[in-house]
Amino acid sequence: MVNLIIDNIKVQVPEGTTILEAAEKINISIPRLCYVKELNEIGACRVCVVEIEGINRLVTACNNVVHDGMVVYTNSPKVREARKTNVELILSQHDARCATCVRSGNCSLQQIANDLGIIDIHYPIELPRAEWTEGFPLVRNYEKCIKCMRCVQVCDKVQDMHIWDVANTGSRTTVDVTLNRRIEESDCALCGQCITHCPVGALRERDDTQKVFDALADEEMITVVQVAPAVRASWGESLGISREVATVKRLVAALRRIGFDYIFDTNFAADLTIMEEGSEFLERLNNRATSKFPMFTSCCPGWVRFMKTQYPDMVDHLSTAKSPQQMFGAITKTYYAQLLNVDPSKIFCVSIMPCTAKKYEASLSVMNDAGTGRDVDVVLTTREIDRIIKAEHIDVATLEEEEFDKPLGVSSGAGVIFGVTGGVMEAALRSAYYLVTKENPDPDAFKDVRGKEGWREASFDIDGTTVKVAIASGLGNARKLVEAVRKGSVDYDFIEIMACPGGCAGGGGQPIEEGKQLAYVRGEVLYGLDEISNIRFSHENPSVIKCYEDFLGEPLSHISHELLHTDQNEWALYEESEKVTDKEGKPYRYGKQLAYE
Amino acid sequence: MDGDATLETIDLIEKTAKTIYYTADCAIGYEAANMVLKGIEGFRDDYEEHILRHRCTFQLYQPVPCVSLCPAGVDIPGYIALISEGRYDDAVRLIMKDNPLPAVCAYVCEHPCENRCRRNMIDDAINIRGLKRFAVDNAENILPEKKADSTGKKVAIVGGGPSGLSAAYYLSIMGHDVEIFEKRKKLGGMLRYGIPNYRLPRHILDREIDTILSTGIKVHTGVAVGNDISINQLRDQFDAIYIAIGAHFGKMMGVEGQEAEGVISAVDLLREIGDEKYPDFKGKNVVVVGGGNVAIDAARSVVRLGAEKVTIVYRRRKVDMPAMKEEIEGAIAEGIEILDLYTPVKVEKDEENRVKALWVQSQIVGPIKGGRPKPVKANRDIERIECDIVISAIGQGIESRDFEKEGIPVTQGVIDALDTTAVKNIPGIYSGGDCVSGPATVIRAIAAGKVAAANIDEYLGYNHIIATDVTIPNPRLSDRLPCGRVNMKERDSYDRIKDFDLIEIGMTREEADQESRRCLRCDHFGFGVFKGGRVEKW
Repeated sequence: MVNLIIDNIKVQVPEGTTILEAAEKINISIPRLCYVKELNEIGACRVCVVEIEGINRLVTACNNVVHDGMVVYTNSPKVREARKTNVELILSQHDARCATCVRSGNCSLQQIANDLGIIDIHYPIELPRAEWTEGFPLVRNYEKCIKCMRCVQVCDKVQDMHIWDVANTGSRTTVDVTLNRRIEESDCALCGQCITHCPVGALRERDDTQKVFDALADEEMITVVQVAPAVRASWGESLGISREVATVKRLVAALRRIGFDYIFDTNFAADLTIMEEGSEFLERLNNRATSKFPMFTSCCPGWVRFMKTQYPDMVDHLSTAKSPQQMFGAITKTYYAQLLNVDPSKIFCVSIMPCTAKKYEASLSVMNDAGTGRDVDVVLTTREIDRIIKAEHIDVATLEEEEFDKPLGVSSGAGVIFGVTGGVMEAALRSAYYLVTKENPDPDAFKDVRGKEGWREASFDIDGTTVKVAIASGLGNARKLVEAVRKGSVDYDFIEIMACPGGCAGGGGQPIEEGKQLAYVRGEVLYGLDEISNIRFSHENPSVIKCYEDFLGEPLSHISHELLHTDQNEWALYEESEKVTDKEGKPYRYGKQLAYE
Repeated sequence: MDGDATLETIDLIEKTAKTIYYTADCAIGYEAANMVLKGIEGFRDDYEEHILRHRCTFQLYQPVPCVSLCPAGVDIPGYIALISEGRYDDAVRLIMKDNPLPAVCAYVCEHPCENRCRRNMIDDAINIRGLKRFAVDNAENILPEKKADSTGKKVAIVGGGPSGLSAAYYLSIMGHDVEIFEKRKKLGGMLRYGIPNYRLPRHILDREIDTILSTGIKVHTGVAVGNDISINQLRDQFDAIYIAIGAHFGKMMGVEGQEAEGVISAVDLLREIGDEKYPDFKGKNVVVVGGGNVAIDAARSVVRLGAEKVTIVYRRRKVDMPAMKEEIEGAIAEGIEILDLYTPVKVEKDEENRVKALWVQSQIVGPIKGGRPKPVKANRDIERIECDIVISAIGQGIESRDFEKEGIPVTQGVIDALDTTAVKNIPGIYSGGDCVSGPATVIRAIAAGKVAAANIDEYLGYNHIIATDVTIPNPRLSDRLPCGRVNMKERDSYDRIKDFDLIEIGMTREEADQESRRCLRCDHFGFGVFKGGRVEKW
């Protein structure tokens, strides 16, 4: 143990503790900007500097460890001045027009500048000149980057994709795409983890909210909205309401206030996915000799992009089933249009996703199987729908809970756990067991696939056949798993991968809370919803059963293949069509760079 | 850089700079213009990148300056930190992760790492080699890393010099069966047959070689591959071969009379001494031709062998000599004369074909080519230097002919291998070190051996990881106040010329403690901590 004094308070901590953590132990929160525990302890921002008795220069608290007898001051006059000056210097290279920033009110820099009482910047404002690719689902504002390097770190260390790197030198140092590529030329998986780790508004999703407002305003359009599983576990966070209040039924009420005509649940499509993907898996098992093994899930577009760029020779190992989002879109503009007896081109299909890669997925032309333009017209992230709720000045806490519309709002507990790592696998196993044995298993029989480890495995006996499964979340873990599969050092039949650590619950489109990783907290919410669900099996979803009876026939039928499956090889990595235009044909202005004059 | 330029701007800059270069009177004008032109010529890509994408083309692979300059990528801040904590065994183990010859390098490395030491900005570079020597001299127990399970794969190493030994060590701890084929009586290559004992004591070298061999390497000395056994025979018996035969053939001056008795090659002389045969030069007047480390080693050796007078003749200026500065100073202190700006013209012989004198042509320093001024024949008569012995130390060649006959590609005398050390189109054959690069440094040879080991391992179907469990201490927090660099002392030149014993005196504990704490720990501060201050495994 090491004894030291911080701000005249004695503290004892284990050897190797950083000054920052030692201070935390006595409730002194040393201001910091770039620090993320274990991920980014590099002292880039120079805000966490402290004074140590006997040393003339200041020392960063985040990445220097305590010594016995150390006397630390976190707020000496020298520290105070240096900290303020360093924040001012950061602000001198930051587009601080907070009023028009998506992170206003949820920005570490804004918070720290306010806390330090900085009301004047004594330096000329110099913003970098660089242009981002207009229309790309991931948007980088160079003028807001504070060079904390978190995006570089999460992409390198967690996702193992190495999309971001330091660019330029000296005072022009910034972050840009590695190997001097444009983002659209890169192999970015679009997971959005860089966005959720950004302390400011330098990284965000392409804002598509105006397109939704336009559709809502168009009286001829029937607006249909689907809500992804993981959204219900997080949507209240950036609205400042508790998890108890932020129920999915209250979200339905808010969406109805906004004016959506039909409010449906992606969980319905998740159940449909299980029917298709589960059947596909059983078919592969029955034709082992001619089928690709292991089979990988395909509902995460970040993961599919990863596979296409990193291991293109293995794309055929992916299930051909579309993701729930795309199945929903295809069903809405065919089956549901028939039910409503309307022209499908009059349906505007919006999805609310915890995800940035979904914006990409919906834009793929090979996804459009309903024959009337895009199957899913606009994808909003959880953050965007929260912005819409705010813009519509809806006081969600006071809303009464409301039900999803029928029939595409009916779903099972198996569908809701799609939003958490291992959930797709668990849901698939529940129904695969039934499809093979014609008997339901205990719905909790496959709980072994749950967990926080980045790579998990389990095996189950289904009617005498042992099925070996594996689950990975986070692309760094995915790479390790795929490498092991390629080397033959592991042997699995079915593998679920989600690009974001913890699965969609920790998705790149989810609300951001500085210093918190909420994936597993949200995941627990989803497991809780499954547990209290009346229906625990996808194959028991009455709307799914009816959809097969009246429209699709059976899983893997001809029409299912047409609408619900895709050729993963056909997915382009970037389509110019992503440059969507508004009603007048002018391009929407995404991340337009405006320099200070 | 403000983002205002277009591609045409580059052409305009070029045209303007050319005009200024052609028309300016003052050096400030035409030299500035010339620099701009050179910039456009050399970095047009970068200029264009700035215009098109508003960014530099630069990429940073190794953020720690000293490590980035070490060919073998040794974790320098790591071992210096260990030395500052008195953990000498761990320091040596850490070095051995990247360089299995820590003691050799502690004594003779040219320490390129010191060149860009950030401490230069405060006072002076850390004495990195001196600290390493303190560590190896004070380590108590140096053991090789634990061997991986045997793979049953066999690798032949042709040449037991620093490159071959390095490859052998890593391949052996990876679990492969390694056999070294060495032409001479003992292992060590130029470390034994080129570097004299007074710089690298034999017992240090032998101990280091023993550590490497203790991993279970088989050695065949006195076997010349290409002669006693062919490469093709080796290919039949082994799964992979690493050729690291070095550059051991002493080039001759190519002047009239060089066949005279008394004209010898420095390489041959040093080789003899390496086998502990000490020829007698008592009372002899010796001229050494050349300006590299080999010339200095030969000159200082003959001083120790009793020569009366030793003169180095070098065609450029003293400041242009490629030998290490400390070596040149040491030689001068030992009474060696350096005659610069002279080239040999002919060797004068007596009736018995013995050397009588070396005739030399005076040179003047001329235009700068490739960074060094070229010597140009001066308008003066040739001069005579009376002497009994002429030692040629003007460079070494590679004895590659036998290998060429067996189909190993040779270009301009050196073996043609890729930077992965693989020999193109011959799977399983690798080559590196001096025989590929031409005569270079020990650390570059070691680096080639390390690269070869990694690639051979992969070729054999494995991906063994070389790592160590040594943990690196956290940096001490301090103000980095300016403090002088500890330089190492040498033995008195009157005494030392009487024997071949070690010249350099290592640091004291007091000195090593102070010197090691001068390290700025670039692995921890600044870019190092961001991009990872160390390569923990390879």
